[in-house]
This record gives sequence, C-alpha cells and structure tokens, in this order.
Amino acid sequence: MRETPLSNCEREFILNFIAQQKRLDGRKAYDYRDLRIAFGVSLGCCHVELGKTRVLAQVSCEVGEPKQTRPHDGVLYVNVELSPMACPSFEQGRQSEEGIELSRLMERCLKESRCLDLESLCIVSGEKAWHLRVDIHVLNHEGNILDCASIAAISALAHFRRPDVSVHGEEITIHTLEERNPVPLSLHHMPLLVSFTFFSQGKYMLIDPSSKEEKVMEGKMVVGMNKHRELCTLQVTGQMLLLKEQVLRCSSIALTKVTRITELIHEALENDKQARLKGDKHGFAVLVSGDKVTSNRLPKTEVKVDTLEVSDDMGESQSSEDESGNEPMEEHTEGVPKESAVEILTKGVGMIGEGGASTWLDVPQADTKQLAAKKQKHKVSKMEEDEGSSEEEEKVILK
Amino acid sequence: MASFTVVKTEDLAAEQGKGPACVLRGQTSDLGCLTRQDGSVSLSQGDTTSIAVVYGPAEVRINKEQIDQATVEVVYRPKVGLPRPEHRKQERVIRNTFEAAIAASLHPRSAISIIIQETEDMGSNFSCCINSSCLALLDAAVSMNFMVAAVTVALKECGEMVLDPTKRDETEAKSVLSYVFDSVNLQVLTVVSCGKFSRAEYRNGLVLAREAAKSVFQFYRESMSKKLLMSQ
Repeated sequence: MRETPLSNCEREFILNFIAQQKRLDGRKAYDYRDLRIAFGVSLGCCHVELGKTRVLAQVSCEVGEPKQTRPHDGVLYVNVELSPMACPSFEQGRQSEEGIELSRLMERCLKESRCLDLESLCIVSGEKAWHLRVDIHVLNHEGNILDCASIAAISALAHFRRPDVSVHGEEITIHTLEERNPVPLSLHHMPLLVSFTFFSQGKYMLIDPSSKEEKVMEGKMVVGMNKHRELCTLQVTGQMLLLKEQVLRCSSIALTKVTRITELIHEALENDKQARLKGDKHGFAVLVSGDKVTSNRLPKTEVKVDTLEVSDDMGESQSSEDESGNEPMEEHTEGVPKESAVEILTKGVGMIGEGGASTWLDVPQADTKQLAAKKQKHKVSKMEEDEGSSEEEEKVILK
Repeated sequence: MASFTVVKTEDLAAEQGKGPACVLRGQTSDLGCLTRQDGSVSLSQGDTTSIAVVYGPAEVRINKEQIDQATVEVVYRPKVGLPRPEHRKQERVIRNTFEAAIAASLHPRSAISIIIQETEDMGSNFSCCINSSCLALLDAAVSMNFMVAAVTVALKECGEMVLDPTKRDETEAKSVLSYVFDSVNLQVLTVVSCGKFSRAEYRNGLVLAREAAKSVFQFYRESMSKKLLMSQ
C-alpha cells in the first residue's frame, strides 16, 4: 500500500509551528516522548515504547563456526526488519532504502562500537563460537524508529543470558539451564543513538521527531554515544550544511539524553530482576492492565466436560466407513459418536439410536420429528412401525 | 542448529496462572494498541502473546486482484530469524481459515491483509495467532460471516488431556491438536494436528475444545462491548 503523502498545507503548518518554537504534541524542542521499557518472559526479549512508536527486540544464540578472519571471536548479527506491520507503506520481504539505512546504523551502533566482548563468546578457537542474533521488529511507526530500536537492542543484549559451556579436552558440553545458571553477556558499555532533525537550513533543531516531523525535515544527524561521553557513531543525512558549533552542541545534548536513558534501562533491568527473584508475574501479559476501555482481562477459566468416551469400540470402527463418506462438517456437528444400531424391543416397535437417520421408514414427517426430539435431548425416540396418524407419533416421541 | 531463545526453567515451570489440566489460561486483550493500522490487537493467553494487525479493505496488488471478492493476505512473522517453510504453512492455514470467515464478496478488487507478529511463544501459539487475528478483524470492523476461535489441546502419553498447553506440556505431549471453531454453530473450521492420536482422543479433544471455545467467544464479546459501549 502506498503511503499517504503530506499535503502542502499541512507541511506549511508544521513548519510554521516549528518556527514558533512549538510542536504538534506540545513537547519542547529537546524533549523525548514517554519511554517505556518492558521485558518478556524469555531472556533477551525487550519491548520499547517511545510515545506511540513500538519496537520489539529479541536476542537468540546458536553455536557455530567463527569467521575465518577472526577465529577467536563470536559473531553478532543484527537484523532490522520493517514489515507492513509498522506502517502500510513498508513492504514484506523487500528492504526499502530506509530499512537499509536503519540496519546499517544499528550495526554500526552495536558491532562497530565494540560494546559487546565478542572474545568471551568463543568456545574453541577457530572451531566453535557463539553466534548471537539480534532481531529487531518494528511494530508501530510513529517516528524516530532508530532511537527506539537502539534502546530496545541494547536493553535486550543486557537482559540476555546464554547457556553455560564447559570444555574438557575435545569434549564440549553445553549445559542445560537446569544444570547451570545461564551466563550474562559481557557488555562493556551501552551505546545509544540520538537523532536530531533540522528544519529551515539548520535553523531549527528537534529531538525525537514524530512521523509527521520526519516527513517535513530537511536533514537528520544521528549521534551514537554512551554515558561515558564516547562517540560511537555520527551520521548526517539530507541536503543541508551544519556548523561545527551545531555538531558540538548536539553531542552535548546527546550526552544528557543518553545518560538519562541508560539510567532508565538499568532501572527497568533491575525491576525485571526483582520481579523474577520474587516470583512475581512478569512478561508482556502483565503489561495489559484491563483498566483501559480498550483492554480486557479474563481470569483463567476451568472448562468442564461431563461425558468423555474412554476408547474406541467396535461400533465405531464399523461406522467409520460411512462417516468418511459423509461431509466432514456433518461429523463434527454431532460431537458425540453415532450409533446406527437398530434394536427391536417388542414386536412391531423399533428403536432408533441418536443420530442415525431413519432409512427403513420413508416418512419425511417422522424425520423432522426425530430431529426435534434430538434437540430436547431425548436419548431414544420410539416409533411405531405401522404408520399411525401424526398426532399419535408426537405423543410417542415426547414420552 | 537454528538460533534459539533462552527461557529460564523456573519461568517455564512457574507456568504463570496455570493450574489443573482442563483450565484455559488467563487472557488479556488490548484492542487498538497500535496507531498506524486499521485494526490492531495484542492478545495474551497466559504467557503466550502475539500482536495482530489488519489493513483493509484496501488497495490490492494487481497480480493478486480478484474481480468477485477481496483477497485475504496473511503474513506471519516469527520472533527469531527469517520466516521458514513451517511459518509459510502456518500462514496458509490461517489464510484458509479466515477466507471462510471474512465476507470477502462484499469488497471485490480489494485486499484485506492480516499481519501477525509472534511476541512470546509459551505454548498454544497457533491458537493465540488465530484468536488475535480474529480480534484484530473485529477491531478493524471488517465484515465477517462468523467469528472464529481456536483452542489447543495436548494429549499426554498417559492419555491425559491438557487444555491450552504450555510450552512444556507441548514438548512432553505425544500429540498436539488445535481446533478452530466458528461462532454460529461451533462447528470445526480447521484442525491442525501433530503427533499420533486415536479417533476417540480426537473426539474427546474436540468436545473439550468446543467447550473452551465458548469462553473464548465470550471473551471476544466482553472485549468488544467494553470498547464500544464504554467509549461512547
């Protein structure tokens, strides 16, 4: 689906608004939207909400061969996917220009900043090493996916634990989680990306742009930094020129933002750890409170079924042939097994089991009556063999 | 070896909110949790959660256009790695189910796309996907012939049946059956099975799942009425 373009009038309105030092959602120029970090039940699963933008990151691991050029190192893959889930204009299976830019920047932020000690992921040099994989799923695109994704990825890496491994000579044992506690990754620092958008030849600058602001921006500068004031990435895109002072100012703003976000991540990690230790409920299911109008909660419900058959009996295996001939739907509607055995009680009176259609009495009326009787949960309906009047029949059935 | 996620054993063992065998785990729904889509929902069944979004009826790609009805597209996105053949199969099963449920002939030459993101698989993932998609369709107000509800039953080696199994139940079970029912007559629409089971076990599972599906439909009703009645 194509993206709806922004109308000229809307574009001008937003630009005028920015020129008046205002933003559509009432934020100041250097404000972030509300940030919420949550962890899933599995380790290394992180869900970040930045305003309405939502990103899910999952870290997974496997044992494989290290790269030939770096035999002592583990491998880190970063995979960012923009699916149509986030925004209708993203296409499934095809990376857009935006998507490639995003994954390159994420790779630079996570891999080239060397925040993760890859050497500790090596099991046997040149033969076996852990391959880590960070999958980043963008769930909702309301602007500034990049910052949100970088927060999600680094929190997920900090949350992740890998299974413990021991090596005795040639033998490598990967311990299950019952045997040994999983080991955290050694994360040296937490690089985070902060994007700055510029408008009117760099005259105005905004942090954490919304999707509409991203559409009218002239250029963007991404600063990757950790809380120790170390620059990890710097990237400028768009058609604009920046002054040296602006770059310096941006990096000092980025520092304050990064320090604050790092604190938040640590807080979220600590909360999750405490919840797990106490055995409280954690994970995504707890996020939905049920207080909102749009959310609902159903406590666990017990399901009781009174009649369950024990095993197959002969009658069923006999009837299996004609059942397979029937339409499958027909079979399922009954729920209970069919029994088409006809039993003669007394002379002249036949008894038809539940479910079996009368094939030996060609009376359409009797058929419908039979159905009615079935609904009233009459187990057995009796019918006189010789065709009586319809009144008589009804009496018999309702007995 | 495929890339795997790590779940602590105590988390697997805790089986939050799971008691005896015939219990449907607690469910939570969040309708309209995302903003860019026509309909979106995040549904959790116990610890299993998934997010489903719906677009449509909207513009259709020309090679998928059908002149007499809307095209139903389903995209399933696993949490780890790229979609594999088993996910394609699941997509197809879900698509076939919803092609029956959606009143597609009302919107010819258009597309109704359902995108499902697995966010946490702690057992009964298939039924969570079906249920979240159905709620997302309701949230997007797509015309449907009937609603659908899926319930998973696991059969243990000893013959015991576990309703709405957790991940551990699923791995220990000899077979796992997922039934999808419609809301009108509670008839079976789809059955996805894995492992060996007898006819009687199939029927027992069916009876149990059908009973459980009633409470799933009740949950749909409550969620929708809460949203529609209280937001006035």
